[in-house]
Amino acid sequence: MGVPTSWLKKYIDFSWSAEELADALTMAGIAVEGIEEVEGDKVLELDLTPNRGDCLGIINLAREVAALTGNPVHLPEIRIQENSEDISSYIKVEIEDPDLCRRYAARVIKNVKIGPSPEWMQKALLHSGIRPINNVVDVTNYIMLEANQPLHAFDYDLLSQNKRIVVRRAYNGEKFTTLDDVERVLEDPMLLITDGEKPVALAGVMGGQNTEINDNTTTVLLESAYFDPINTRRTSQKLALRTDASMRFEKGIDINGVIFAINRAAQLIQELAGGEVVAGICDAYPRPQAPVTIQLRPQRVNQLLGTQLSVEEITGYLKRLSFEVETNPDEDVLSVTVPTYRPDLQIEVDLIEEIARLHGYNAIPTELPAGASVGGLTPYQQFQACIRNIMGAHLREVITYSFINRDLFDRIMLPPNDWHRNAVVIANPLSEEQGVMRTLLMPGLLMTVSRNLARRNQNPAIFEMGAVFIPGEGKLPREVLKLGAAVAGRSDMSWRVPSSELDFYYLKGMVEDLFRQIRVKDVRFEAAVVPGFHPGRTAVIKCGEEEVGIIGEVHPQVLDNFEIKDRVVLTELEVEKLYRHAVPKAMTESIGRFPAVERDLAVLLPVDAAAAEAINAIREAGAPLLRDVQIFDLFTGGQLPKEVKSLAFRMTFRSDEGTLTDSQVKDIMDNIVKALEQKLGAKLR
Amino acid sequence: MLEKLNELERKALQQIKEINEIGQLNDLRVKLLGRKGELTQLLRGLKDLSADQRAEVGRVANELKERVENMLQQRNEELQKQVLNERLEAETIDVTLPGIPLLRGGKHPLTQIREEIQDIFISMGFSVAEGPEVELDYYNFEALNIPKDHPARDMQDSFYIDEDVLLRTHTSPVQVRTMEAMAPQLPVKIIVPGKVYRKDDDATHSPMFHQVEGLLVDTNITFAHLKAVLMTFARKIFGEQVKVRYRPSFFPFTEPSAEMDISCVHCNGEGCRVCSHTGWLEILGAGMVHPRVLEYGGYDPEKVSGFAFGMGIERIAMLKYGVNDLRLFFDNDLRFLKQF
Repeated sequence: MGVPTSWLKKYIDFSWSAEELADALTMAGIAVEGIEEVEGDKVLELDLTPNRGDCLGIINLAREVAALTGNPVHLPEIRIQENSEDISSYIKVEIEDPDLCRRYAARVIKNVKIGPSPEWMQKALLHSGIRPINNVVDVTNYIMLEANQPLHAFDYDLLSQNKRIVVRRAYNGEKFTTLDDVERVLEDPMLLITDGEKPVALAGVMGGQNTEINDNTTTVLLESAYFDPINTRRTSQKLALRTDASMRFEKGIDINGVIFAINRAAQLIQELAGGEVVAGICDAYPRPQAPVTIQLRPQRVNQLLGTQLSVEEITGYLKRLSFEVETNPDEDVLSVTVPTYRPDLQIEVDLIEEIARLHGYNAIPTELPAGASVGGLTPYQQFQACIRNIMGAHLREVITYSFINRDLFDRIMLPPNDWHRNAVVIANPLSEEQGVMRTLLMPGLLMTVSRNLARRNQNPAIFEMGAVFIPGEGKLPREVLKLGAAVAGRSDMSWRVPSSELDFYYLKGMVEDLFRQIRVKDVRFEAAVVPGFHPGRTAVIKCGEEEVGIIGEVHPQVLDNFEIKDRVVLTELEVEKLYRHAVPKAMTESIGRFPAVERDLAVLLPVDAAAAEAINAIREAGAPLLRDVQIFDLFTGGQLPKEVKSLAFRMTFRSDEGTLTDSQVKDIMDNIVKALEQKLGAKLR
Repeated sequence: MLEKLNELERKALQQIKEINEIGQLNDLRVKLLGRKGELTQLLRGLKDLSADQRAEVGRVANELKERVENMLQQRNEELQKQVLNERLEAETIDVTLPGIPLLRGGKHPLTQIREEIQDIFISMGFSVAEGPEVELDYYNFEALNIPKDHPARDMQDSFYIDEDVLLRTHTSPVQVRTMEAMAPQLPVKIIVPGKVYRKDDDATHSPMFHQVEGLLVDTNITFAHLKAVLMTFARKIFGEQVKVRYRPSFFPFTEPSAEMDISCVHCNGEGCRVCSHTGWLEILGAGMVHPRVLEYGGYDPEKVSGFAFGMGIERIAMLKYGVNDLRLFFDNDLRFLKQF
């Protein structure tokens, strides 16, 4: 909201420039976002925190300035000439729901002449961001800005003959046309001001068209009331109707400032629109509210702030805020009575904050807490960091949104009954694009690959680590930490090393490297058919019998759905499962005193034989002296028949007992060859 | 005889100088000093001389031999050096050709900043706690002293799953979750990095972003401690020259509440476009834990006190890395990511 400094100066003297004032207020917690110059008047743009709704009134802001400068506030003096009539013969107020309307005061002013308000008032309103309308309405707005009390003015003659105000809850489905010409459909417990027959205002939010002040209005009924913050807030939220009035009521106004405001308004109407003020106020205030008194322990102030303020200093700050402070010399407690225009102050710490901000946060000492404490990452957190480091060496980390478009489940070709389709649904998403929580990382990774390729960022090789959300029995879904990676295109071009395709084996190698480094042993890759993946180029990854993830080339149809022309290989792993399978670092094998012997072996195998089985057969037959076996060549085609492939193995043998002799090694090699022949139908090349 | 020796030496030195290959030098040595070499040949005439003369000539001949040996040795070294130099010259490569790329990856800038923040707080004795991203309204709001219909809920427009479940709007729910799990142990000294969600989407807001929450609860924790810990953090992450200031603010779960500003990292506090010409940048919110929140966590606010703080990782990353559009972090364009 905008506060013209010229207006503020009506209630408080200060020698600060607008900039100095803005700075002082900001450092006291009343943030001034900017200063705008309007027709020579410096207007402060306030960015108030929700607890300081009081500063929506310029007098209350002046009180803040008073607390900062020590200068007194000049409240406007109220002089009303009332006529000899009695308000009770004009209006009666009945509050049916005193919990929703805790006070309702009314005044009547007769024989007013509607016209434009004077220039000074129009300017004051305009500089504050409010459009002038006519003298009576402008006065109500002026008082709202001045005293933070929203007022409403009715055309008294348009009220029904009963001349009474009944405050009641709306009926479900009740219709009412507000000042802005919109017919609103209301519901219980939205609060209505009625004239006993028809609604005339939506309490605390907006008046009705039917009793609006108009050029022919001669008698004005002024309303100054206190409406319940929560109910006002709900009403304005439900109707999507936020007004200057509702904004103030929902933050809580000064219930004991109602009379000041109505009198001040009556005075200004009389001054600006003529007319006579009917004597008296019809003030329905069923349960008057006394100001809150809070017990404050000065010792507690210092204990919480780390300061050494004296009782006198503390009392001084409170008094500058116009709080009443009673000292009790026997006990170390102050009784502090807080005016009702500060409803945000309820308990001791609230007062401690007041003292702290007047003392100045920057004047409070700065001191590191004493005492040693041990922090750090848990082993599981270290494990996660380790994975990020390893993956980050070769792949670019991405962070994609946790919410995805539900149609991505179709695009990755999940069957209709696939459990991944059962996702946590966001009730109020920004768009369908962000409609459900992801159950897998694949869609986000493919979107990222697709977007990069579309921008000609060739050869994306990315990974992501983040939660997926699996609905379960409880109120909250299970959050599963996953590691996903996707690669497409070719490795970096180099003048020395030819680039290679980032294919299945590239990503598999990376996954195997990862497993080695995070010490996940006993891993198998088993050919599998998984929705969304190439049926001949996909494996599930198992640790022991537990499935920990998948790796595969993405199905060409899926790639098409993401407008990706390159092949993409993708993996998804469950981090927590990997963690469970990781073994501690330990030396498990002697490095050996005796030299190792290497032998190569090339065999012909049926073309569909699994390399892993051949390796297993070799390991089994070569135990215990076989220490390592590697595949160093794969050959198909050429002069070989179509049904066979040639695999070449390099084996390393070593004994802890002595140097191996040729005949010892030959015996083992014979065993291995025999095993390969028997188990896989291999033939020596 | 002596003349012949002189003549031999003169010739030998001349020949040594002229030789350009190590092999030839060896041949020359044999030819001059070998068993059938010129010197040996010449000394055969010694037998014809008197004993005195023999001694004299023998001495001169030995000296000559030594000198020639030295010359040969010297020439040999020269030639070896020359060979090495020639080899080195021949082997020169273009050191400006690029190396062979091995590691083409890198962590996301937000991960890098998060780890940096984590490390700083870990060095001050904090542990890292985590909590669910899909959270109960109770932990996200109620237990943080934000009852239903509190105007402070406007500060954080939420994505709801149902009436009681939402995407957490801040990392603060982990405060109460951790206290519940730890009470009555002290200290509670945690930071909570993680994803949070709010219904906003523009150049300065993303519907998903990251925060780091902090909480220290112990006996006699003061606002002065809060200031010191956060100042230490600010200096470690933005540099020792950074100045900090604290302004009163409002969060329902802290009282007193504060906002911490740092002197603008772009203009050193002179005032520029980045800091809207104020010289200051707001980087985090903090405060003393509200007594009601301590109670929700299972601690007695009369016996313990604490401070809490929260910051946006994106905000820190944007300031530190000079990133001007928040959305770049989630766009994942490789041209952006490769710069970190």
